[in-house]
Amino acid sequence: MNQVQALFCASLALLPLLSNAQDKYGSRDGEITFFSQAPLEDITAVNRKAASVFIPASGALEFSTLIKAFEFEKALMQEHFNENYMESGTFPKATFKGRLVAEEGDDLTKSGTHSVGVEGVLTIHGVEKPLSTTGTLEVTSDGKIKATSKFSVSPEDHGISIPGVVREKIAKEISISVNISYAKL
Amino acid sequence: MAQDDLLDLLGTDSLTKSYSTASFKSTRVINGHSIENVAHGVLDFRISHRMGFVNEGVSNFFGLDQATIRLGLDYGITDRIMVGIGRSSYQKTLDGLVKYKLLKQCDAGCSMPVTLVLVATTAMTTLSAEQVPWYGEGRQDYLTHRLSYNFQAVLGRKFSDDFSFQLSPGLVHRNLVATEAERNDLLNVGFGGRAKVSKRVAITGEYFYVLPDQGPRDPFHNSLALGVDIETGGHVFQLQFTNSTGMFERAFITETTGDFFNGDIHFGFNISRVFTIYDPKAKARRKAAEQVK
Repeated sequence: MNQVQALFCASLALLPLLSNAQDKYGSRDGEITFFSQAPLEDITAVNRKAASVFIPASGALEFSTLIKAFEFEKALMQEHFNENYMESGTFPKATFKGRLVAEEGDDLTKSGTHSVGVEGVLTIHGVEKPLSTTGTLEVTSDGKIKATSKFSVSPEDHGISIPGVVREKIAKEISISVNISYAKL
Repeated sequence: MAQDDLLDLLGTDSLTKSYSTASFKSTRVINGHSIENVAHGVLDFRISHRMGFVNEGVSNFFGLDQATIRLGLDYGITDRIMVGIGRSSYQKTLDGLVKYKLLKQCDAGCSMPVTLVLVATTAMTTLSAEQVPWYGEGRQDYLTHRLSYNFQAVLGRKFSDDFSFQLSPGLVHRNLVATEAERNDLLNVGFGGRAKVSKRVAITGEYFYVLPDQGPRDPFHNSLALGVDIETGGHVFQLQFTNSTGMFERAFITETTGDFFNGDIHFGFNISRVFTIYDPKAKARRKAAEQVK
């Protein structure tokens, strides 16, 4: 009996080695694009320096990026974005902590294209807000994962006040798209 | 493993480098250069006025009856190199400038504590020969006699979002001076700072100290200026009180006639309007925009 128990425990301990439960994926050059469409002006900015870690087995997902890494069409826009709205001196980073939710019966560790839900907390301008959206995960057999997602964020929700004079230039809802290629860590 | 630690897996360098920006709202503190450059592809049109002295009293409407003007265009060839030209009514002077950002103050991911900018300017008067103030009797009117130069190393730091300060040791070289006793080269040190009072308004101050024992300075004083910067979208308005009349370096560093504390103060303003005439990253951004739309 003891031997059986010992064997059982040993196999439990070995289980993680057999599966790929410990696999972690990371990237430092994720692309985050935002688009603001307002009556007087369309504004686009791109950030290609987002850092992220993703664990397929648990779905755990984290993002972090510097606000200053967003590049705008006009240098002055970028300055105003950092100085007057995002206050990147005080709040240098935007972060997301959450997890990917696979469809029932789907296994995110398997190669192929997966539709996933994204649940978590988005922190911008020092204000935490729950975020729930969808995304696509493309797992290739050579150990790479491409992920994309789109969602929108309201500056007001994150305590970013927009004065009346520029109200017609900045959208109430900013569309955001995330595009990232993970490699195994 | 706690979720907080996930990003640590990328290593400590997962944060990319980031540099301090907008230490000053404009490329000039008031009269002199700040540690800011215009960005790559940006053209800055600057209109500067200095009224008469406020102590001229009500008959000259406290100086508002007169104005000295400089119009200037500055352009960013890269994010680090900017060039500019200007025309002043003061001694009908044309000026040109080159400004190079050698060191950039670092916020994260690197360690540089200061920004260092090198500035070189030249000025040429277009007055007729009889009117050039430093031409003595019978002086030959060579082009080189009309020229002067200015070199500065502007060393500054954005100490916080609200406070920036800079020091600018410099040298003004006049190709020709009026008397033998005067020196062609004048060493000087500039001090400049700004304190933000709100997101779009800042108080600025500037002082240029000409080092002593460099020949007779009478009747000239050191340049002092106090101002307010107001930013409205694409414009920066700089309002100031200063004892200097000229708006290029040789004029305000070495030829300031006003005594600030005797009321020889000009009210003045600079208006800076920027135009993005070339977008170095347009193609990549358009591509990214397609994806998000």
